[in-house]
Amino acid sequence: MKILVQEADFDPGAEIAALHASQPKVGAVASFVGLVRDINDGDDVSTLTLEHYPAMTEKSLHGIVDEAMTRWQLLDVTVIHRVGKLQPLDRIVFVGVASGHRGEAFAACEFIMDYLKTRAPFWKKEGTAEGERWVEARESDDEAAERWK
Amino acid sequence: MRIKVLYFAKLREKFGVESEEIELPGDRAYAAAIIDLLRRRGEPWARELGLDAGYRMAVNQTLAGLVTPVRDGDEVAIFPPVTGG
Repeated sequence: MKILVQEADFDPGAEIAALHASQPKVGAVASFVGLVRDINDGDDVSTLTLEHYPAMTEKSLHGIVDEAMTRWQLLDVTVIHRVGKLQPLDRIVFVGVASGHRGEAFAACEFIMDYLKTRAPFWKKEGTAEGERWVEARESDDEAAERWK
Repeated sequence: MRIKVLYFAKLREKFGVESEEIELPGDRAYAAAIIDLLRRRGEPWARELGLDAGYRMAVNQTLAGLVTPVRDGDEVAIFPPVTGG
């Protein structure tokens, strides 16, 4: 298991490769990469600043991954979340899940993202032509997390 | 007892404070006691920590609610709904 919160970018290809390198039991790796869009709620976005609660962030991500591991038979998981100042086209988050078969990998990857979006202590502030504003939480994210209950 | 209270994101900006120590009577309480005390400061505290305000809390870095117990030395964080990912 690898969980990182960092300012630096990451290499999704290298992260995927690492999830199955020398692991002949891995039959499937599912991954998700979240990116900074240049538009949100109809306005052009030029910057995205990610704040977090350092003492809680990794603890929260570990809890989410541990929960995924109790629900599905997983062989390895990587979660990388960036913080600090980003801009459109930048990568924000990587989730990669290795398992024996694709069903578990797909499900666990989606579960981890849904829980991360509603439970991990990150907050986005976007810069637009009118200045900076905090991104509001979306009800659809709560609904996505609810369906795993 | 003393509780360390942290604020994040929009609430940190609205309150103009990142963290503070709060003194509560007795040696145990519910997290609600901290919210009550903060609301009594008036605006913007009363509005931002109102019943329908939608803020979230963590006690010792774990998501918590108004009836989560707190003790001397605990760390309580108050923040808006999270928006990472």
